[in-house]
Amino acid sequence: MTEPTGTSKDDHEPTGGKQSSAEASGAATEEQRARGGEPPREGEVEQSADGVADTSPEGGTRLAPTRERRGMFGVRGTGDTSGFGGLTLPGYAPAPAERPYGGWFDELADELAEALDRKGIARSAVRQITIDRGEITFYVEREQILELCRLLRDEPALRFELCSSVSGVDYTAPDGAEVRQPLHVVYQLLSMTYRRRIRLEVALDVADPHVPSVVEVYPTADWHERETWDMFGVIFDGHPALTRILMPDDWQGHPQRKDYPLGGIPVEYKGAEIPPPDERRAYS
Amino acid sequence: MSSTDFSGDPYAESRETTEGTVYTVTGGDWDSLLDSVSADEHDDRIVINMGPQHPSTHGVLRLVLELEGETVTQARSVIGYLHTGIEKNCEYRNWTQGVTFVTRMDYLAPLFNEAAYCLGVEKLLEVEAPRRAQLIRVLLMEINRIGSHLVCIATGGMELGALTGMTAGFREREEVLHLLEYLTGLRMNHAFIRPGGLAQDLPEDWKEKVTDFVKLMRSRLRDYDNLLTGQPIWKQRLQGVGYLPVDGCLALGATGPILRSAGLAWDQRKIEPYSCYEEFDFEVPTATEADCYARYRLRVAEMHESLKIIEQAVAKIEPGPVMVADRKIAWPAQLSIGSDGMGNSLEHVRKIMGQSMESLIHHFKLVTEGFHVPPGQVYSSVESPRGELGYHLVSDGGTRPVRVHVRDPSFVNLQSMPAMSEGGMVADVIAAVASIDPVMGGVDR
Repeated sequence: MTEPTGTSKDDHEPTGGKQSSAEASGAATEEQRARGGEPPREGEVEQSADGVADTSPEGGTRLAPTRERRGMFGVRGTGDTSGFGGLTLPGYAPAPAERPYGGWFDELADELAEALDRKGIARSAVRQITIDRGEITFYVEREQILELCRLLRDEPALRFELCSSVSGVDYTAPDGAEVRQPLHVVYQLLSMTYRRRIRLEVALDVADPHVPSVVEVYPTADWHERETWDMFGVIFDGHPALTRILMPDDWQGHPQRKDYPLGGIPVEYKGAEIPPPDERRAYS
Repeated sequence: MSSTDFSGDPYAESRETTEGTVYTVTGGDWDSLLDSVSADEHDDRIVINMGPQHPSTHGVLRLVLELEGETVTQARSVIGYLHTGIEKNCEYRNWTQGVTFVTRMDYLAPLFNEAAYCLGVEKLLEVEAPRRAQLIRVLLMEINRIGSHLVCIATGGMELGALTGMTAGFREREEVLHLLEYLTGLRMNHAFIRPGGLAQDLPEDWKEKVTDFVKLMRSRLRDYDNLLTGQPIWKQRLQGVGYLPVDGCLALGATGPILRSAGLAWDQRKIEPYSCYEEFDFEVPTATEADCYARYRLRVAEMHESLKIIEQAVAKIEPGPVMVADRKIAWPAQLSIGSDGMGNSLEHVRKIMGQSMESLIHHFKLVTEGFHVPPGQVYSSVESPRGELGYHLVSDGGTRPVRVHVRDPSFVNLQSMPAMSEGGMVADVIAAVASIDPVMGGVDR
């Protein structure tokens, strides 16, 4: 079992377009245009890209990049008849919540801020708070995640005793548009004392997928972090034994990264050839 | 060495590895094995690999046990043998198709998977299923809970040598599957609960069938008390075994019957009610012994509570729609039974083909493309027979999920196996694993 120590980089990166640096954004836009077969519309595309960069909160919590849809209008080399061709979808970034948050969210945010002060952790450890569909998300600095979890578990006014889940999300855009820090680690915490659920989210660069392990605070995170390493290649520094858990030990690559192919073979159904799922037409 | 060196042959009785001699034992007499182990390398410590193909490991679970005599000094579980990449696959299908994937994860609790997933999608869509659909979900989930607990007791009994427990458990579970087949069309992997409601309404005489089932189960569940609850061997195998107190449960994330057997009455049906559970009158059985026997008793008690909920659901369910009215989400099909099985009703096909071009287009687009889900993320969870079953769903505004992550209770609870087993006997490991009741389809996904 060859598994990474704290400093090693993942050297089994599957091939695929990966733009993690800001310099790549121009190339990505060009590439997107080229693939879309649309005549270049200088102002519009540039503007939307700029706009996205502005609305993107510190640290790239953006979920979906601006991207063009291709289809019936101006269609090139595809039978897509979705009728969405030429449309530009706006990028999506979760909006920072504004006071008052409503419900118990205000109380929780206040308690957390006070607890941070008491422990001498800068309040900027929490980059952004988002409230969406009745759930609160704290976008936090990765360096502080362990201390933040310890605080959330131990403070009498917070008491998040149970870590329900730790998992990864790869926000890499399907069409190669640039997303800053696309690799996210998501922690779902539950306070049984106060019957509250919160979510912590850490954004990472693909080139530097390191995050401190929270196993010493939440032992249950052991297998969750191993699964996140296995599936997303996130390296949890300080994990007692960061080995693969679902895939075989000698597996190469991290299957749930967006650039990792799903695989599959075409099948015949009633005389027609049905392509594998990842090659079928998508309408997203 | 008394035995010949067959290094390189994996089927040899013994072979040399860098970590010492490895013996392959498939049945046979332990004495002959012990004779072949020479005295100088015998240091009372033996590492045993159990599974993944083993009748007592509750599925394709592999246990690596370090033994000193009969005592387990260290235990580790190795999983992944049933990994099928369901989470990844969901990203390549639309939101409705996701139901057919998630129902196959924890295959003993398919309707819980469907319900938790659909509750998440509905939260993302900000819609609520009609009341009738919500109550039918409760009805189906509770029937499913009985079936799941029966399999737990049956397989657990088999693993501990109580074979009558197995035959009885599977006999009653067959009743559950027959009923579910009648109600949803399939014994397992129903894909009956859909985002926005249900795939279709229940068959006409469902009330009689469910009422008969409740009556039958009331009489049959008594057998488990007669057969197992007071039985001295059963009690000796389970009492004081697999102990995990409440702080251990929280640290290791164990929920469901394991947590309730340690005295914490944590049941999301009561604490974070979903799908109209707040209207139902039922108890949350708890115990304080925190051992395998307490977990067994809780499961039996929970089946009785589920019967109570089923009866109330039968009384509560009133006629009404089973799918949201929004035609941008609701599947346009009107299903009926034809001569060649279930399919679109001819009436409906005639209407969309003959009279309404718009309906036809709409039908086509909804089925081929799926509906768009506004961007964002949610976490929705239900109380499955094994504990907190959570779904973390992420949408970027398209017709397919960006991410479907499942917090499967089997996966999390299985982590507590070493804490329950280390320091005990080998036979008690089996009892502990049986009381955790991991379903490998859910563990490995």
